[in-house]
Amino acid sequence: MTVDTKLPYEKDYVSKFSEKRNEPEWMKSLRLQALELTETLPMPKPDKTNITKWNFSKFDHDVSGQEISSLEELPEDIKVFLDMENKNGNLVIQRNESVAYKSLDASLQEKGVILTDLQSAIQEHSELVQRYFMKDAVSIDENRLTALHTALMNGGVFVYVPKNVVVEEPLQAIFWQEDPKVGSFNHVIVVAEENSSVTYVENYISHNQDEEAVANIVTEVIAHDNASVSFGAVDNFAKGTTVYVNRRGIAYRDAKIEWALGQMNDGNTASENITHLIGDNSVSQAKAVTVGRGNQIQNLTAKIVNFGLNSDGYILQHGVMKDSASSVFNGIGKIEHGASKSNAEQESRVLMLSKDARGDANPILLIDEDDVTAGHAASVGRVDPIQLYYLMSRGISKQEAERLIIHGFLAPVVNEIPIQSVKDQLTKVIEGKVN
Amino acid sequence: MAGSTLEIKDLHVSIDDKEILKGVNLTVKGGEFHAVMGPNGTGKSTLASAIMGHPKYEVTSGSILLDGEDVLEMEVDERAQAGLFLAMQYPSEISGVTNSDFLRSSINARREEGDEISLMKFIKEMDASMDYLEMDKNMAQRYLNEGFSGGEKKRNEILQLMMLKPAIGILDEIDSGLDIDALKVVSKGINKLRSETFGCLMITHYQRLLDYITPDYVHVMMQGRVVKSGGPELAQRLEAEGYDWIKKELGIEEETVEQNA
Ligand SMILES: Nc1ncnc2c1ncn2[C@@H]1O[C@H](COP(=O)(O)OP(=O)(O)OP(=O)(O)O)[C@@H](O)[C@H]1O
Ligand SMILES: [Mg+2]
Repeated sequence: MTVDTKLPYEKDYVSKFSEKRNEPEWMKSLRLQALELTETLPMPKPDKTNITKWNFSKFDHDVSGQEISSLEELPEDIKVFLDMENKNGNLVIQRNESVAYKSLDASLQEKGVILTDLQSAIQEHSELVQRYFMKDAVSIDENRLTALHTALMNGGVFVYVPKNVVVEEPLQAIFWQEDPKVGSFNHVIVVAEENSSVTYVENYISHNQDEEAVANIVTEVIAHDNASVSFGAVDNFAKGTTVYVNRRGIAYRDAKIEWALGQMNDGNTASENITHLIGDNSVSQAKAVTVGRGNQIQNLTAKIVNFGLNSDGYILQHGVMKDSASSVFNGIGKIEHGASKSNAEQESRVLMLSKDARGDANPILLIDEDDVTAGHAASVGRVDPIQLYYLMSRGISKQEAERLIIHGFLAPVVNEIPIQSVKDQLTKVIEGKVN
Repeated sequence: MAGSTLEIKDLHVSIDDKEILKGVNLTVKGGEFHAVMGPNGTGKSTLASAIMGHPKYEVTSGSILLDGEDVLEMEVDERAQAGLFLAMQYPSEISGVTNSDFLRSSINARREEGDEISLMKFIKEMDASMDYLEMDKNMAQRYLNEGFSGGEKKRNEILQLMMLKPAIGILDEIDSGLDIDALKVVSKGINKLRSETFGCLMITHYQRLLDYITPDYVHVMMQGRVVKSGGPELAQRLEAEGYDWIKKELGIEEETVEQNA
């Protein structure tokens, strides 16, 4: 028997799905075009990890979820990601593929800020969504998974900040995959117009341990001239979810995109976080932490490409591998010809806690211009037994000593994360993963 | 409550299959201060490390008992919980872990779950101890020993000693690298612990520490053994005359553990 690479979803299904959602013609035809591409396009090939045997086809599609009338109704493991004391008024909660809760501060609405689920955005701001959906950042034909994503897109949010508007409070989205088999084909678009500024934070949560599901996520962040986007994410897909997450940023002149990613999934994960510094003087910082456990495999790629003059990219990723988890950190700094006075820096560090854990830091600098600066630091190491001895000699148990060392190892990244709520969430999630 | 008793009997310790300690006998009781002296490389730190359970040191024979309990059967953290403390000659640096988080974890490790020290009480105690040791308050929020000067590390070891209040404290060259004022301050900290419930074993090369902290007993180590014991006057004689007279008296030519007697 040959491996069945054919998708469980046909043209007919996709058409009906789009119609059921009352989508405009452009969206439907894009889905169908993408569906066709899935037959010919190759799978993505993350450097040093073979994902061809991973489950990207077994999942349920079109699963709705119930609305909630108050945040108090949420289970505790979702509340962890909310600031329940100073209730965030700018929030979308998606439950399976439905919107469970949505709110946006009136003053922001007046200024033209949009924070809504993508399905509504396609209805209410069709042209705007069409302008950005799989256009400047990710394209549908990059690989089979981006095409499949487009064909089956079933959730996500749309964030739009008009020219000169500064959004002080973070906007937040929670994607709660309540059903253990539901596939998440979430699409997130964040557009910051000229001179605007916004902080967006998102969380993915699933609970499936043995049941299999897929997350195939595309995120597109567009920072127009002199705009600033701070993007935070703490991903918490459970062991049964196989994750492909593609987060892409485009920074125009004088723009800034800051990424703070907590890669806290428990299942196999291929993550690519790529930023194109298109405009002169544009800046991006990509910071990520991960804790791998069980026998999960992760491939985490952070890449910043400098096109603009005097553009500046900085990648910082720290990971801790427990049990027999393994992960590859690809850090790629690429400076294109003509991007003079640019800078590409990166640092990747992996700490392995057990003898079966594997870590690999793979720094790459590709430089096509003379007048630039670049640098990388990478290390992969094991816990120093003398450090453990020192901590334990004060009565601290081995487990607690490891906990301290892990927090300490991740602290240089966590402390540098510019969004307080992400920092707090991360600290909690790391705590949960370490014990 | 009477103090604890640490008994070391005929202790043999190897590192990388090389025998370093060749039969050490020593007993430290609550209320007693013992000084261990001896030339470089004679096994003093090895003794301290073996008592605490350093992973590189292998006890090949002999015993260590604390109040009759077999210390060698205990994990490192259990030894600490049982009342042992070692101020290390070279304390580890641990990046990302603040001194204060570390100390709080150490204190809570001794308490039942649910009975953790309150943050307020902890800060108060830490502040008081840091004041006593004339330490810069910023040290609390710095990463554990990271970038600390030699003297700062030693002071930080004594801060831990004061806050953890062990039954038996082993201090490995706590005086090395300390300036004269720091030596006074650190000695003041150690002397504060003097009581019937605290026994202390101080490894040192210099009489000047013993000027501040008068020992009840002085032991000299050579070739991986305790070769001579006496009172405070023994240290004074060593300060004045060095070790040659002991070597002559015992017929030792090479004092380090390299040469088998
Ligand atoms: N890893 C090792 N391999 C081989 N020999 C070792 C190792 N570690 C220590 N030793 C040796 O063990 C002996 C005793 O060392 P120890 O540190 O106990 O001496 P000490 O009495 O504390 O000396 P000092 O006064 O210089 O601190 C020394 O000769 C030392 O070189
Ligand atoms: Mg020594």
